Amino acid sequence: MSDNHNNHHEEHHIMPLATYYKVAGALFLLTFLTVGFHALREYMGPFSALIAFSIAAVKAFLVMAWFMHLKYDKLSNKIIFGSGFIFLALLFVICIMDIYTRLNVNSVL
Amino acid sequence: MAHAAHGSNYLNAQKGLWSWLTSLDHKRIGILYFISVMTFFLLGGIAALLLRGELFAYNVANSAGEMAGQLLPSADAYNQILTYHGAIMVFMVIIPGIPAILGNIFLPLQIGAKDVAFPKLNLASWYCLMAGATLAMFTMFSTKVDTGWTFYTPYSIKSGTAVTTMVIAAFITGMSSILTGLNFIVTVHKLRCPGMTMWRMPLFVWALYSTAIIQVLATPILAITLLLLAMERTFGVGIFDPKLGGDPVLFQHFFWFYSHPAVYIMILPAMGVISELITTFSKKTIFGYTAIAYSSLGIAAVSFFVWGHHMFVSGQSEFAGVVFSFLTMLVGVPTAIKMFNWVATMYKGSISFASPMLFALGFLFLFAIGGVTGIMLAVIPVDVHFHDTYFVVAHFHYVMVGGTLMAIMGGFYYWFPKMFGKMYSEFGARMSWIFIFIGFNVTFFPQFILGAMGMPRRYFNYIPAYEPLNRISTVGSWMIAVGFLIALYTIINGLINGAKAPKNPWGSKTLEWEADSPPSVHNFDHEPVVTAGPYEYK
Amino acid sequence: MINGVPVQEHYRDASHQFASAKEGIWLFMATEILMFGGLFVGYLIFHMKYPQMFAEGAQFLDWRLGFVNTLVLIFSSLTMALGIYFCQINQPKKAVWALAITILCGAVFMVIKYFEYTHKFHMGIYPGRMLDLEMLNQHLSSIGKPAIASTNLGMYFGFYFCMSGLHGIHVILGMLMISWCLYRCMRGDFNPNYYTAVEGVGIFWHIIDLVWIFLFPLLYLVG
Repeated sequence: MSDNHNNHHEEHHIMPLATYYKVAGALFLLTFLTVGFHALREYMGPFSALIAFSIAAVKAFLVMAWFMHLKYDKLSNKIIFGSGFIFLALLFVICIMDIYTRLNVNSVL
Repeated sequence: MAHAAHGSNYLNAQKGLWSWLTSLDHKRIGILYFISVMTFFLLGGIAALLLRGELFAYNVANSAGEMAGQLLPSADAYNQILTYHGAIMVFMVIIPGIPAILGNIFLPLQIGAKDVAFPKLNLASWYCLMAGATLAMFTMFSTKVDTGWTFYTPYSIKSGTAVTTMVIAAFITGMSSILTGLNFIVTVHKLRCPGMTMWRMPLFVWALYSTAIIQVLATPILAITLLLLAMERTFGVGIFDPKLGGDPVLFQHFFWFYSHPAVYIMILPAMGVISELITTFSKKTIFGYTAIAYSSLGIAAVSFFVWGHHMFVSGQSEFAGVVFSFLTMLVGVPTAIKMFNWVATMYKGSISFASPMLFALGFLFLFAIGGVTGIMLAVIPVDVHFHDTYFVVAHFHYVMVGGTLMAIMGGFYYWFPKMFGKMYSEFGARMSWIFIFIGFNVTFFPQFILGAMGMPRRYFNYIPAYEPLNRISTVGSWMIAVGFLIALYTIINGLINGAKAPKNPWGSKTLEWEADSPPSVHNFDHEPVVTAGPYEYK
Repeated sequence: MINGVPVQEHYRDASHQFASAKEGIWLFMATEILMFGGLFVGYLIFHMKYPQMFAEGAQFLDWRLGFVNTLVLIFSSLTMALGIYFCQINQPKKAVWALAITILCGAVFMVIKYFEYTHKFHMGIYPGRMLDLEMLNQHLSSIGKPAIASTNLGMYFGFYFCMSGLHGIHVILGMLMISWCLYRCMRGDFNPNYYTAVEGVGIFWHIIDLVWIFLFPLLYLVG
C-alpha cells in the first residue's frame, strides 16, 4: 500500500499561496501588455496579431500549468488534455488543405 | 446487500420498475439499453420494410401527371421515412448497440471490476439517449424531417421541416455517446483487477477501448456542427451559407470529421465480439493477440484521416480528394490484419458450429465483401461513377448490417446464458441465422448490381429496367424480417422456458464466465486475480 | 466513509477514486476544447478568407469592455483556485468566500456581456442574415462615419454571437456548478482528503477562462 500512499500525496499536491498570486499577477500583466501592443498596432502591421496570440498562448499555459494544476498532474492526464488540441489541429489543417487547393484558373486538373 | 442470500443475482436482487429506472448496476443499465435499442431497431426496421415495399415496383404518373407511390402516399413521405430509417438506425441503434448493451454488461466483468468507473454517469447517459430519442421520435411523428441523417447544408438550412429539433435530438444522443466513451476509458485505465495488465485484456475490451477514444475525441465536433446548424437555421449565422460568403462544404468537413470515425464506432466493437466468438468456438488460442489489439487502435487512429472520401464529388478540391483517396486505403491494412488473424485462429482449431459461431462466420463473409467494396469506393474514378448510387447503399449495409448487426446477434446469443442464466433453443437461433444471412444477401447483393447499373440512391422511383432486381431485393428484406422475428421468439422463449444455464456453457476462458450465470450484484464473490492471458486454450 | 471520504465500493481506496474522477474530468475537458475548437477552426478559416470584413466587424466591438471582462475572469480564476486551495488546507469558511467571489465575478462578466449585446442590437447588429445593414449604415452616417463596405458583415457577427454566446452559456453553467460546490462546502462535505467536486468544477471554470483568453484578441483586437 506504500505505493498508493505516495500517489496520494502526488495527487493532492498543495501549491503555496504565493504561487497563485504570482501566476495571477503575471496574467494581469500580460493582459495589460496585450492591450498595450494593441495601441501600437499601427506601427507593427502584421506582427500585432502574432504578438497578441503569442501572449494569449503564454497566458493559456500559465492557467493550464498552475491554476489547473496540470504541471503536477499525471502524464496520462496531460496526454488526454493535449489530445484535444492535437485533433483540433488535424481538423484545421485538413480543412485548410481542401479550401486552399480548390479548383481555380490555374488548376490543371 | 453485501451478503445477499444464496441464489440472488442482479436480476432479482431488487424488484419493481423503479428499481430498474434508478439502478446504478452496469448490468441492469445494459439491460435498459438492450430494451430501448431493440425498440428503436424495431421502428427503424419497420421503416426499412416500408422503403423496400415502396421500391418493390416502379411508379407511373397518372393522367393528371401526379405520382403516387405503390405503398407510400407520396415522394415526400418516402423522403421522411428514409430519414427516420437512417437517423434511427445510425444514432440510436448501431452507435449505442454493442458498446452500450454488451459493453456495459461485459466490460467490467471481463476486466474483473465491480462496476464501471462512474455508475451515475452511466445511468445519466442512458437517460440522455432516451431524452434524445424521445425528442427525435416526437419530431419525426408529429412534424416532418426530410434531410436524411446527414443534414447536409444548404438543403438542411432551407428545408421547411423540423430540422432544428431533430438536430438537437442528435446533439443529446451525442452527449450520451461521449459519456459512455468517457466512462469506458476510465474503467479500462483504472478498474482492472489485480494481474489484469493491459496486455491480458480480452480483445473485446481492446475494441471497446479504441471505440471509446473515438467517441470522446470525435463527438464534440459533431456537437458544435449540429449547434451551428441549429444557429444557422434560427439566426442565419452565415458560416455554411454561400449567400454570406459561407461554405456549405465546410459543413461536410465538420460533419464527417465525426461521422467517419463514427463508422468505426459502429464496427470496432463488432470486431471485438468476433474475436471472442472465433477463439471460443475454435477452442484455440487467438492467433496474433497483440496484432489484433494494435490494429484496433490503428483503425481508431486512421479513422480520423479519411473522412474526405465522403466528399469526392461534393466540391472539395481534387488535391484533397487524392490525399483522402490514398489515406482511405490505409484503413484496409489494420482491417485485413484482423481478418487474417481470425482465419488463422480457426486454422486447425476444433470448430463447433454453434449459433454464435455461425454469426461470426457470417460476419467474416459479409464484412469481407463490405470491406473490399469499400476499397473500390476509395478509388476516385470508381467513386465518381458509384457515388450516390445503390452500390454505396449496398456497401455500407454489408459493413453495418452484415458486420455490426451480425456481431450484435452473435454476441447476444453468446452471452445470453450469462446475462439471463438461461439457455435458448439452438434450433431457433440457427433458423434465425439462416433467414438473416440468406435474406441479407438476397436484399443487398442485387443492390451492388443496381448501383453499377446507375440506380441513384434515396429516390422513391426508378426506371423500369431496374425493377426485377428491386423485386428480389424487397423479397430479401422480408426474409430478414422473418429471421429477426424468429430470433425474437427464440429469445423470449429462452427467457421463459429456457433450461438453467451453467456457469460456462461454451468453455470460454475469459473472466466473465467465472461469475455466476446470471452474475451476482457485485459480479464476483471474490476479487479475481489474473495470472495469464485471456485465451489460453490447451 | 474512510477518513472522511465517501469511497464507492468499486474503488480500492480514496486515492484510487480520486485519480479515476480526475481522469474523467480531464477527458470531459478535452471534449470541451474540441467543441469550442470547432468554432475557432471556422473562425480562422473565414478570417483568412475575408480579413477586411473581419477587421470591419471588429471595430464595432469596444475592446475596453473586453479588456475589463478579461480582468474579471482572470480574477475569478484566481479566486476559484484559492477556493480549492482553502479546501485542501481545511479552511472551508475561506473556501466559501472564495467560491462566492468567483460566482460574483461570473455575474459581473455576464452583466457586461449583456450591455455589449444590447448595445449591438440597438445599432442593428444581429448575427448573420439578420444583421440590419441599412440601420447600421444610418447609424454610421449619423455619427459621420463611412458606410460598411463588406456585404457579408453578418458572418463576423455570426461568429461573434456564437462564440461569445456559447462561452456565456458555459459561464452560466459554471456559476451554477460553483453554487452547488458552495452549498456543499457550507454543508461541510469537503475536507483535505475529499474535495473532488471543487477540483473538477475548478478545472471547468479555468477552461472558461482559457477560452476567453483566446476569444479576447480574436474578437476584439483583430484588424
